[in-house]
Amino acid sequence: MPFKNLKEIIARQDFFSPGHGLCAGCGAAQIARIVMKIAGKDSIMVNATGCLEVSTTTYPWTAWKVPYIHVAFENAAAVASGIRAAYDALIMKKKLGKDVNVVVLAGDGGTADIGLQALSGAFERGDRITYICYDNEAYMNTGIQRSGATPYDAWTTTSPAGQKTLKKDLMGIAIAHRVKYAATATISYLLDAANKVEKALSISGPSFIHWLQPCTIGWRYDPKLTVKLSRLAVKTGLWPLYEHYDGINKLTVQVPKRTPVLEYLKLQGRFRHIMDNQEELAKIQSYADELAAKFGLGPVVE
Amino acid sequence: MQKVEPFLLSGNLAIAYAIKQLNVDVVSAYPITPQTTIIEKISEYVAKGELKANFMLVESEHSAISACLSAAASGARVFTSSSSQGLLLMHEILFITSALRLPVVMVVANRSVSAPINIWNDHGDIMPQRDTGWIQFFVESAQEAYDKVIQAYRIAEDHQVRLPIMINMDGIVLSHTYEPVYPLSDSEVASFSPWNLSLKRLDPDDFLTIGGFCYPDYYFETRYQSSKALEDSLPIISKVDKEFGKLSGRSYGLVSPFKCNDADTILVSMGSISTTIRATVKKLREKGEKVGMVSLRLFRPFPLNELIKSIKNAKAIGIIDRALSPGAVAGPLFTDVTSALYLSKMSIPAVNFFVGLGGRDVKIEDIENMFVNLKKIPTGKIKKHSYYVGLRG
Amino acid sequence: MGRLPKWNEMQEGFITKTLSESINKTGTWRTFKPIIDYSRCTKCGWCVIYCPEPCISFESSGDGKVVIDYDFCKGCGICAEECPIKCIDMVMEE
Ligand SMILES: Cc1ncc(C[n+]2csc(CCOP(=O)(O)OP(=O)(O)O)c2C)c(N)n1
Ligand code: SF4
Ligand code: SF4
Ligand code: SF4
Ligand SMILES: [Mg+2]
Repeated sequence: MPFKNLKEIIARQDFFSPGHGLCAGCGAAQIARIVMKIAGKDSIMVNATGCLEVSTTTYPWTAWKVPYIHVAFENAAAVASGIRAAYDALIMKKKLGKDVNVVVLAGDGGTADIGLQALSGAFERGDRITYICYDNEAYMNTGIQRSGATPYDAWTTTSPAGQKTLKKDLMGIAIAHRVKYAATATISYLLDAANKVEKALSISGPSFIHWLQPCTIGWRYDPKLTVKLSRLAVKTGLWPLYEHYDGINKLTVQVPKRTPVLEYLKLQGRFRHIMDNQEELAKIQSYADELAAKFGLGPVVE
Repeated sequence: MQKVEPFLLSGNLAIAYAIKQLNVDVVSAYPITPQTTIIEKISEYVAKGELKANFMLVESEHSAISACLSAAASGARVFTSSSSQGLLLMHEILFITSALRLPVVMVVANRSVSAPINIWNDHGDIMPQRDTGWIQFFVESAQEAYDKVIQAYRIAEDHQVRLPIMINMDGIVLSHTYEPVYPLSDSEVASFSPWNLSLKRLDPDDFLTIGGFCYPDYYFETRYQSSKALEDSLPIISKVDKEFGKLSGRSYGLVSPFKCNDADTILVSMGSISTTIRATVKKLREKGEKVGMVSLRLFRPFPLNELIKSIKNAKAIGIIDRALSPGAVAGPLFTDVTSALYLSKMSIPAVNFFVGLGGRDVKIEDIENMFVNLKKIPTGKIKKHSYYVGLRG
Repeated sequence: MGRLPKWNEMQEGFITKTLSESINKTGTWRTFKPIIDYSRCTKCGWCVIYCPEPCISFESSGDGKVVIDYDFCKGCGICAEECPIKCIDMVMEE
């Protein structure tokens, strides 16, 4: 049964504890919390190295009220597959009774770049894991270096003049592996996201969620704007919310009237260097227009 | 003990047979010569239903070891194997497996490392793994490989040990050569190395966090703890070997000295080359030469006392390395053995023989020559400490 | 926290069970403090769901009002920004 309102989500038990060390206003914390509310007690959390991992498992404490494992940066999918294989084998051999959800939370670097090979292997094998990429569009843990998911023109410490390529299409990559369920999500549309997590967990093979996560430090904005930016990413058409199920793409949040991309970009320090550059702004707007045409979003309304 | 007929098996097939008897739950590996026939055989056992296991076909060795690690953390008995480039690709995760104290068992069919690419035997792949915190055995026959795999699970899963184990078996020479192997019965294996669920760590009913982050205030203690566990595993390794001896009639010891008591010159080695050295010692003894040899069955933790006991009366020692350690003082085994001598306050002269790289044949005559050179050491006529045996030029 | 554990007092295998909420009070990070005006609050729950810590919850006893646990609140201001009727004020910490 899909969640119908916020109260139903709030009522779910929390398995993500406060007192973690993520920055004030960090969107990754919201993702971790919602994912765990939906996945529940009988779940095993796997993280790739990154902000979420180091800031939620700082010895001697942990923010996770479920079994949790981190091994390295590039192997979260393989680690998850190993857990899946173990539980499947032990249940088959009647050494264990109860099954678990195996959930991965890995950053964009750990997913789109260094971890892509392991993820491809898990997708191809059809392992029953739910892999969620929390995408803050750079390597934040090591101090804001570009990743394959850094958007066009964004400043990072290794793209000081702005990133000159487009974000990797992770959904396209997942879909090309014929995963049964893949979806985009973001924290400002929590009902949508919660329902996607629930659906992903119910799939008998691998499922994938690409979850946009504003990062106050790396995107250079006032922490209070985390949810607002996430909303603007959707409203501008830069982050269409859709799902892919059994071969069909479906928009899950309609955007009848689009906001110009400038409204989104101007709140972020990482785009400051193009604020007066009409040519570059027009390029980003036309990229949003392309996405809008592809996913059936409405026109830009000033 | 019941009288059993031997099977004619290669080292690789002997290992696969042990894995089947050990009722392993998860196998994850990636093909590389000369290890491949182990996993091919295991796949066949799984396909025929003779082994109820989850065989994970991963896309790399990095994922193979990662999956074994997490499967072990989930309570499964796991197995992997690799060689050469594959083992090097696993390197990063090997440290993590031991620090997280997970009982993964791996067989390494030892092979040279690139470049140039070469599929034959030496110890170039294993030496970079020395400091990864794994228990490391070297075997000398298919029989020993079979026996060690059975012992390995018992050791790795011992609550006081909880460490991963690597069994080194010389590629091609042992992995692909058929010899008679005396197997135990399935029930003997099951009762000698029973699986136990209490090693399970990822359990929703008793959640905990494994493998997080720490500041300098906890790092040293954590690393020391797993390093100490490796050191402390030595008596348990011995005990399991002795118990195995009672069951099978075969036990190996941590080191195996041969004719060392009255020997003036002794060669120290690891792996299959030890068989050739033993044959040479026999031959030279018949001629009245006071020669001896000792092979290390266990490399990590280093069996310092046992080794010293067997070499302490020698006048000169030759230490055989099947891997280079470019720029170092000497080869890897030489460095360990001479450190052991130093710590035991012994100054027996020693030389380092580098042999058999990339599958280069080592003949009885080569070993006879080593003994000839060793004999000259006490006369003061030998100035070199390293010999590259069989190197042209 | 007192003396740090010796190597053999730590659980083997770099494992922990201690929850951050029991020992790591992140409320000290705060510069601005969110104050809820209960006379206007509609108990809609947006602040509860968007707080990234999480440290806002519906009180289980009494009239079920939303309460902020200042032991953990880092003062990010998301609750104030997202409150639909703007009944949370961010005030400078003393
Ligand atoms: C093999 C390896 N290379 C590099 C690193 C250093 N490293 C740790 S986290 C990280 C970036 C993580 O980026 P991302 O996956 O986007 O997560 P984020 O920190 O942004 O949440 C890097 C480069 C590492 N730990 N391991
Ligand atoms: S740097 Fe960004 S992603 Fe990392 S903790 Fe801070 S806000 Fe979160
Ligand atoms: S968001 Fe505002 S109105 Fe809604 S519960 Fe929180 S404080 Fe009350
Ligand atoms: S200011 Fe931020 S941390 Fe504090 S209660 Fe509001 S949302 Fe939570
Ligand atoms: Mg990132």
